Amino acid sequence: MDFLLDERHLLLRKLFREFSINDVKPLAKEVDELERFPLETVEKMKELRMFGISVAKEFSGSGADYLSYILAIIELSKQCATTGVILSAHTSLCVDPIAKFGSKDQKERYLHKLATGEYLGAFALTEPDAGTDASSQKTTAIDKGDFYEITGSKIFITNAGYADVYIIFALTEPSLGTKGISAFIIEKDMPGFTIGKKELKMGIKGSATCELHFEKVKVSKENLLGKLNKGFGVALTTLDGGRIGIAAQAIGIALGAIDETVKYVKERKQFGRSISKFQNTQFVLADLRTKTEAAYLLVLRAAILKQEGKPFSKESAMAKLNAAEVAMEVTTKCLQLFGGYGYTREYPIERMMRDAKITEIYEGTSEVQKMVISSYMLK
Amino acid sequence: MNIIVLAKQVPNTTEIKINKETGTLIRDGVESIINPDDLAGIEEALKIKDKLGGSITVITMGPKKAESMLREIYGMGVDRCVLVSDRVFAGSDTLATSTILAEAIKQFEFDLIIAGRQAIDGDTAQVGPQIAELLEVSQVTYIEEINHITENTITVTKQNEEYSYIIECKLPCLITTLTDANKPRYQNVTDLWASFDKDIISLSNIDLNIPLSIIGLKGSPTRVKKTFTKPITKKTPKQELNAQDAAKVIIDALNPHM
Repeated sequence: MDFLLDERHLLLRKLFREFSINDVKPLAKEVDELERFPLETVEKMKELRMFGISVAKEFSGSGADYLSYILAIIELSKQCATTGVILSAHTSLCVDPIAKFGSKDQKERYLHKLATGEYLGAFALTEPDAGTDASSQKTTAIDKGDFYEITGSKIFITNAGYADVYIIFALTEPSLGTKGISAFIIEKDMPGFTIGKKELKMGIKGSATCELHFEKVKVSKENLLGKLNKGFGVALTTLDGGRIGIAAQAIGIALGAIDETVKYVKERKQFGRSISKFQNTQFVLADLRTKTEAAYLLVLRAAILKQEGKPFSKESAMAKLNAAEVAMEVTTKCLQLFGGYGYTREYPIERMMRDAKITEIYEGTSEVQKMVISSYMLK
Repeated sequence: MNIIVLAKQVPNTTEIKINKETGTLIRDGVESIINPDDLAGIEEALKIKDKLGGSITVITMGPKKAESMLREIYGMGVDRCVLVSDRVFAGSDTLATSTILAEAIKQFEFDLIIAGRQAIDGDTAQVGPQIAELLEVSQVTYIEEINHITENTITVTKQNEEYSYIIECKLPCLITTLTDANKPRYQNVTDLWASFDKDIISLSNIDLNIPLSIIGLKGSPTRVKKTFTKPITKKTPKQELNAQDAAKVIIDALNPHM
């Protein structure tokens, strides 16, 4: 499965794997049960320089490639999907758009600190009445001459409360719909910006998911990200990349579930032998592994296309659509192999199944991915 | 502070099997790792560098494939890696190996040499001390902690079986470290990625010019007559007990006089 990776990737993956097994896995159960954001893991990830893997060295990143970042998400998510999404939201949804659309000054002010992990990043597009229909945004940014004044609310924001920098979207020209949306860089301490209700979720419970409220937040014109009224494009481009991160998270969840199941079926005995001796177990596992590796290759294709600066919007939608469905199927069928024990919280497989579900929903539901893919087919 | 650390790539002996016919290690398909005592030595060197600054040079003797280990070591943040490799070195015992490594070390400036106590594939613990003798520097072995270090002296805790010594030693000197001395840091993405752009200095006998009579198989006085796995002769009967009774049986077995 590694023919697309070179020696560097393999050494990095070995590092990510060791770290995830030694330092992330032991916390996964507790992080889920207590719905606790794993701050101590974030601190360790800073030491490993994981927050700016694909950021250029001139902006204090590691200067590695996008594929390396994807490998990090997979290895983290194999052990703990919460930890995987903390890095994915930070990198794909905050670091990447600043690196791509940010001015020289914005990169100087934000990219260095995001790449070292001194700042954690987040992204806020969704509103209570604007989910898949992202064009129904109500948050406004009024031009007050020297600054913009932002008022409105966002919902379901990953890393909220722990992030220092948020990429947010607001209407600068309400009459123009999606052509009147602009992107802004918001800092956590800006007066009028508050974190609202924390969501209680089915899975990725340790990930902080909250509402954001903006009450006449004064934002300097220097914090407009990209061009005025071009924010919707910033959002769509960012999400194209984000989908590869979520697809990688889904692959990680599936691989982690298979690892746990392989271990379990060798230990569990019924009818006088381990259940791995039964053809049903063998065939189910063979199917799941095959589907997961196929899904992984679609993710690598999208990642390599992005890395090489080629169009990847359709491919990232396909990668996420498929990886998320595979993660759901793998975790559901793996839990079935565990039987009654799988339904208990004694084993991690039920957590993995709950965690897998979100990959079919966030950063564009599976239905949104189908809209993107078919739009390329039916042009 | 110029620190030289000696490291060896070894098979992960927790996974290793012995060929029953020849009595030798089956190395095929066994993962190679950095010798654990050496890894502790690298971590001690990095800690000293964090405190006093300076430069860390890691030297290994081995085949070309040991380069992958040196890339990983670059990933921990050391400054320079050296691979000492030559066909004429093959078959060297510990004395010949120490001769070669001592000559390699002489190519660099050093205040402190750190070696692992022993390699898990041979367990001789001879190479570090022999190098110190050849270089005519002081040595302290079995170090579990570096208590204090200045530009001129080092204070260390040396482990003995039942007690420890605290020893102060003038620099330059050679110390050998125990795996338990520390928890080695992870590599970091930046240094690991950059490790492929860094040079691995390679030294062969063309550079070291050591007489062939004292290196390689010919220069090795050690002769391995036979290697074998010690057969298990004593069998104790299997007992199934609850935790409390089992603990008592173990305590009685360990302390027959209690």
